[in-house]
Amino acid sequence: MKRVPAVAWTGLIWLVLLTMPYWMRAVGGYTELASRVLVLGLAAMSLNFLLGFTGVLSFGHAAYFGLGAYGAAMTIKYIAPSTPLGILVGVATGTLAAMVIGALIARLRGVYFAMVTIAFGQVFYFIAFRWNSVTGGDDGVTGWKRQALDLGLAKIDLLGNDKAFYYFILACFAIAVTLMWLLLRSPFGRTLLAIRENERRARFLGVPVERHIWLSFVISCCFVSLAGTLYALLNNFTDPRALRWDQSGNFVIMAVLGGMRSFWGPLIGAAIFVVLQDYVSSHTENWMSFIGLFFVLVVLFFPRGVLGILRRKGMA
Amino acid sequence: MTQLLLFNVFNGLIVGAFYALMALGLSLILNLSGVINFAHGGFLALGAYIAYTLIPYVGFWGGLAIAPFATAAVGIVVEWALIRRLYGRDPLYSLLLTFGLAYIFEDVLRAIWGAQSVPYPIPPELSTPLSSQFFFLTGYRLFMVGLAALVVLALFLILNRTRLGMRIRAGTADLETVSVLGINVRILRTLNFGLGIYLAGLAGVLAAGMLGLQPTIGTSLIMPSFVAIIVGGLGSLPGTLLGGLLIGLAAGITAVFFPSATEAVMYVMMGLVLLVRPRGLLGEEGRVS
Amino acid sequence: MATRMPKHGVNRRTLLKAAAATGALQVAGPFIIAARGEEPVKIGLDNPLTGTYAAVGKNELIGCQLALEQINAKGGILGRQAELLVEDSTSGDAGTAVQKARKLIERDKVNFLLGNVNSALALAMADVSSEKGVLHIVPGGHTDAVTGATCHWNVFRVCNTTQMEANAVTPTLIKNAGKKWYFITPDYAFGHTLQAGLEKAGGKAGYTKVGGDLTPLGTTDFSSYLIKAQAANPDVIIFLTQGDDMINALKQAVQFGLDKRFHLAGGQQELEALEGLPPEARIGTWVFEWYWNQPNVPHVKDFVDAIKKKTGRVPTARTWFGFASTWSCALAANEAKSLDAVKMAKALSGLKLPPEVSLMPDQAFYRVGQNQLIPNLFVGQAQAKGSAPDDLFKVTEVVKGTDAAGTLEETGCKMKWPV
Repeated sequence: MKRVPAVAWTGLIWLVLLTMPYWMRAVGGYTELASRVLVLGLAAMSLNFLLGFTGVLSFGHAAYFGLGAYGAAMTIKYIAPSTPLGILVGVATGTLAAMVIGALIARLRGVYFAMVTIAFGQVFYFIAFRWNSVTGGDDGVTGWKRQALDLGLAKIDLLGNDKAFYYFILACFAIAVTLMWLLLRSPFGRTLLAIRENERRARFLGVPVERHIWLSFVISCCFVSLAGTLYALLNNFTDPRALRWDQSGNFVIMAVLGGMRSFWGPLIGAAIFVVLQDYVSSHTENWMSFIGLFFVLVVLFFPRGVLGILRRKGMA
Repeated sequence: MTQLLLFNVFNGLIVGAFYALMALGLSLILNLSGVINFAHGGFLALGAYIAYTLIPYVGFWGGLAIAPFATAAVGIVVEWALIRRLYGRDPLYSLLLTFGLAYIFEDVLRAIWGAQSVPYPIPPELSTPLSSQFFFLTGYRLFMVGLAALVVLALFLILNRTRLGMRIRAGTADLETVSVLGINVRILRTLNFGLGIYLAGLAGVLAAGMLGLQPTIGTSLIMPSFVAIIVGGLGSLPGTLLGGLLIGLAAGITAVFFPSATEAVMYVMMGLVLLVRPRGLLGEEGRVS
Repeated sequence: MATRMPKHGVNRRTLLKAAAATGALQVAGPFIIAARGEEPVKIGLDNPLTGTYAAVGKNELIGCQLALEQINAKGGILGRQAELLVEDSTSGDAGTAVQKARKLIERDKVNFLLGNVNSALALAMADVSSEKGVLHIVPGGHTDAVTGATCHWNVFRVCNTTQMEANAVTPTLIKNAGKKWYFITPDYAFGHTLQAGLEKAGGKAGYTKVGGDLTPLGTTDFSSYLIKAQAANPDVIIFLTQGDDMINALKQAVQFGLDKRFHLAGGQQELEALEGLPPEARIGTWVFEWYWNQPNVPHVKDFVDAIKKKTGRVPTARTWFGFASTWSCALAANEAKSLDAVKMAKALSGLKLPPEVSLMPDQAFYRVGQNQLIPNLFVGQAQAKGSAPDDLFKVTEVVKGTDAAGTLEETGCKMKWPV
């Protein structure tokens, strides 16, 4: 491992993230797009905690993303108009669901695990979609707005001020990412890597593999539900599409596209994916073909992702 | 109430037979190649549109006979050009590839045939109820179930009695040994993929007669098929069949008492099965990991 | 037929240079840039092109394009050329729809926002447009709240409220089909309000509700609902589902032979759905919001011919929605002699659409205090075959919008203008 370039990379990424709202417009973007990159980047990085660093393929992370979104939206609408409380409840909801589902599926592996996570993801989709009296059904949860952040000394207007909200998201993102980074550096994180590399050996060494996978799943879902709450706040709206399986597929492709084996890869993947989708869908109504083709090309030609390629060429 | 229940039980079986047809195709491909084919719904829609296009020239029956084979041919090309490159790699990649294909399918179908539903004609002799008392048993629905049953029977005969079928089954059980025995696994997988897609195409042609034919016709049918496979047990085709019928039945019965839980009940069943018997009802031991 | 999206790549590059030069200004915040003479007036359409509502969304787009061509041929908006920026909102993803609305407003600086077919997305977009103070016209999202409980000074709507449709169709429905109703209602805002509207209108005419079911959007198999419906023994089964759900429900009802035992009818019906049905299922009493076959109304034939030339098919109500919405933008600006949203909204409120835009016997107008267009409604029967292959609806009565609209108080709209 070359240490210096890694630090340089990290510094560059933070610099870009910190200044993004100020040059986004100049390159043809808009603040909302920057916020979206950050939110979906967090989701992809959370997924990658499980996918890239534990070696377990979940294809149902949108469910916990959506639970976070619904938790936040419904808290602000029905319980108390407070943004932090909404985030708290959203994350708790997603994490709790992950604890239960995770316990059911931690024994499964490979394709079977993927399939079961997809199917369980759909349970929450159907609850959101069909339980109209509570969730608003297909119409989603409307009629609420993110609230100003009251810090005691000052009130920060998150609703009217796009940039303030961007930096609010960035703060949440920074906390989550730092926590993930610390976890991966801890003995627990090392054990996850050991499971990824050789599950059987880890088992022989006395590692309780199921419990570790369960824990990794729960942590991953906890962060993805944080991303979900931010997504709901970003839109001032949430609907069942947030937790459908195509959203899960998007998270996976972001992680793969950026590079599953690298910490920052999924963020880069998310940035490419979000900007590409935004761009293509404004220029042709057949954008779905382009996105689909993009999936195919990534799988066939860039399975290691952008960072994987750069690393191979010795640039990072 | 009992009448209503009876109606829905029948109806659930009809729907279940349909899910089973979809799920069997998925299951065949999954078992031999380890590929979860997300594009299965796209192939289903393709089959229906091909039949729709052919009907003016060859009639309903001609469309029914030809379209599934044409779909299978497209499937074979796709397997040969794209999917076979991913065998032996992490299942993640084939999952993403077929996921991308599903996007392309939907978009291309819309570009060719339009976003609007097209009227799919069924012959008048099938389009009337058998009796006014059992009005929900239309000729078409009975025909669907009959044909599905026949095809499933034929499938099991092929798998158990023909050389190709036995190879597919042997490959499912132990691919390495099969290839050591000198069987061309690549061709085997291609043919097997084609067989799975044939079932999807057939399901599509049958679905178009009952539902409105539009590019997303397959999306609502693919998730129940996943559930059918998980409930029935990975690696077991009879299990998949059983799973399909069971979830159809469960959905049918739930529709009487608690309509808004019609879909949820499938997933509850799946959860229960996973809790009690993680490998599925008829799944083989050791297939789980 | 292929519709091309406008390219703004060139504009962006020039913008980029300008931005580099005036970087400090960019940082300062979103000022409204004074429009230069050569810059076109921008109309942003954020509407579904993929998913469930793709077909109707596409038809609205075609209507918008025709209107745009006519506007530019007649000198544009305030003497400037008009430009249509199209974004796919998807059929149900609020995240995408809201993002695209912000993109059109913040980055592309559109002067007008149009959309959405999906009522829930229309409401979400209205939140954005009213926050930003952009004139917003909803071509085809029907739920009453848009110009009712959550009305905004800047949000106008071309298609009817569900209550207006219910009021228009109910007398004919009771006359043709009877008073015992069973509802098959889609479980989302549009369905709920349409059923509520019919119950309200039916209540005045002495109907009885013998039952009803809420069906989720995207239901493919309606048999269990139909089985329940026939067990309740109504005079008429009322289908309020739309699009593909309407096709699936009606197709299956006819296959079950229910059309021989009950009347099958409903509220809103669209040409798109009738075209997707097999001929034997094109039955029942419905209300259309616009119909192409109006032989005695001036200008309609020109419009039909122009659309036919573009697409090879007759226009549907959706085509007209898009057409009228886009024309409304031009009319508002030219009437107000300004692109200021408040001035344009004031001008549009109360405005009568000219006959070549209105395309119906009585001139449609935007009602003051609600911003809702009050047009004619076309009540009649679906038919397997009419005067032409596209003639799938027989209009038996043209209802005046003023008779169907109810009072302003009933709409629940309390309009607040900016001071």
